[in-house]
Amino acid sequence: MRRVAIISYGMTKVDRHWNKSIKDLFSEATLKAINKVNIPKVDAIFVGNMCASDLCDQNNIGTVVADHLGMIPIPSYRIEAACGSGGAAILSGFMAVSSGLFDIVVVGGVEKLTDGVGKKATFSLGKAADFEYELFYGITFASLNALIMRRYMEVYKVPREAFADFAVLMHRNGAKNPYAQLQFEINRETVLKSEDIADPIKLYDCAPIGDGAAVVILCPLEDASRYSDSFVEIAGIGSATDTIDIASREDLLLLKSILIAANNAYKMAKVSPSDIDLAEIHDAFTIDAALSLEALGFSKRGEFDKLLYDGAFEPDGLIPVNLSGGLKSRGHPVGATGVYQIAEITMQLLGEAGKNQLKNAEIGLAQNMAGVASNSYVTILKRCR
Amino acid sequence: MSVPRYWRNIPQRVRMEALKCKSCGKIIYPPRAKCIYCGKNDFECYTIPEKGRLISFSIIRHPPIGFEHTTPYVVGIIEFENGLRISSQITDVDINELKIGMEVEQVFRKVSEDGKSGIIQYAIKFRPIFQNI
Repeated sequence: MRRVAIISYGMTKVDRHWNKSIKDLFSEATLKAINKVNIPKVDAIFVGNMCASDLCDQNNIGTVVADHLGMIPIPSYRIEAACGSGGAAILSGFMAVSSGLFDIVVVGGVEKLTDGVGKKATFSLGKAADFEYELFYGITFASLNALIMRRYMEVYKVPREAFADFAVLMHRNGAKNPYAQLQFEINRETVLKSEDIADPIKLYDCAPIGDGAAVVILCPLEDASRYSDSFVEIAGIGSATDTIDIASREDLLLLKSILIAANNAYKMAKVSPSDIDLAEIHDAFTIDAALSLEALGFSKRGEFDKLLYDGAFEPDGLIPVNLSGGLKSRGHPVGATGVYQIAEITMQLLGEAGKNQLKNAEIGLAQNMAGVASNSYVTILKRCR
Repeated sequence: MSVPRYWRNIPQRVRMEALKCKSCGKIIYPPRAKCIYCGKNDFECYTIPEKGRLISFSIIRHPPIGFEHTTPYVVGIIEFENGLRISSQITDVDINELKIGMEVEQVFRKVSEDGKSGIIQYAIKFRPIFQNI
């Protein structure tokens, strides 16, 4: 197996891009990434996307983006794992390069949620869950997270305010990220007084609906210095699945697929949670942040609020979480989110993160998932000197 | 939803039929090709008990397509004596009376309509038991 490097990244701001199509967004991010490096060719494109079939009436996204970018006839196809599509695309690109099949690949994610309005988007996003046994009964994606959140508060006696305060932290970080959709600060009251979505989840517990594309370029680590002065290594990567419906899980509060994916990634990178300098986690809802941080080994189970109030997740804390603002503030263009996370960690490790730059970051972790962690991706990046 | 698609799940939607693994004794719901606990595939039919307890619930204020006319409505996770848990809709309940641990029972109800000309989808939901007295 060849070692794999990320030599470049490109992102669009996450936003409601009324004037841009799925092709425009993907090409913008891809050209940003390609123009930063000196590569002789691209061998393949892997594109993560969840909702284009429903909201853009378009399948065959791989061909659509390759055509728009003038990259015909290279192989190009879409990877779909709901909100984990971006992480799945990264894994696919990693496998392609490490196996030796391809040398230089573009791995991206793109999502255009605002072409479907209101209930149509809610319904499409809900398809991350079990259609026949959850959606059939009118269960929405937000309500699945709400069911888990209520259970978490009941079992661990964690106050509701803790979830609001996590959102406050995300907005504080996101306010300094030029790529973030919601670049403003909020306070606890903003969350607690916001609209009910699916009790106990309120509007400000949720990631916003937005559009965006993120792209990274992968190549064999041994060739990386030929194409770019700065690059990072994909030192570890792991993926795992869990039951598609949440009620079938023996422990509703353990996101086992994250735990397994993380353990595999830690093992491959030969690191432990305490070695990680910063993390981008999948906080589609504030409850997801708590359960993800616990499954990744950054917090004991049921104690996410203790670490939060100790300042552990702050930019100067023990494990800075979502310096980008996370899904909550940076935004969650679903199929692109996993690639945004990788691009943001890369940007941090290369010292290019501007106002949000962390000092001396060596090892970063990105965690992306589908549904309530029915499908998980954990990737560990290391700075290369 | 197409008629065949609705029809295929009638044993689950209207009779609450699950699978019982003959090898490890665990109940599997929704049905699967193999037992998620021991990996064997020798099952017998098991009917989910009429009564269970609500272990978590949510009140949906922003519905997906097809549920606009019943909003707000309640969904929950129900736990049965044998430890089995399922997700369903909770009906016939005042949202102010919802409580974790409350006893609920099966009741046959309309779930949604597939537009003006599509089929009407029925299934078992759960309702609090006290309303039945």
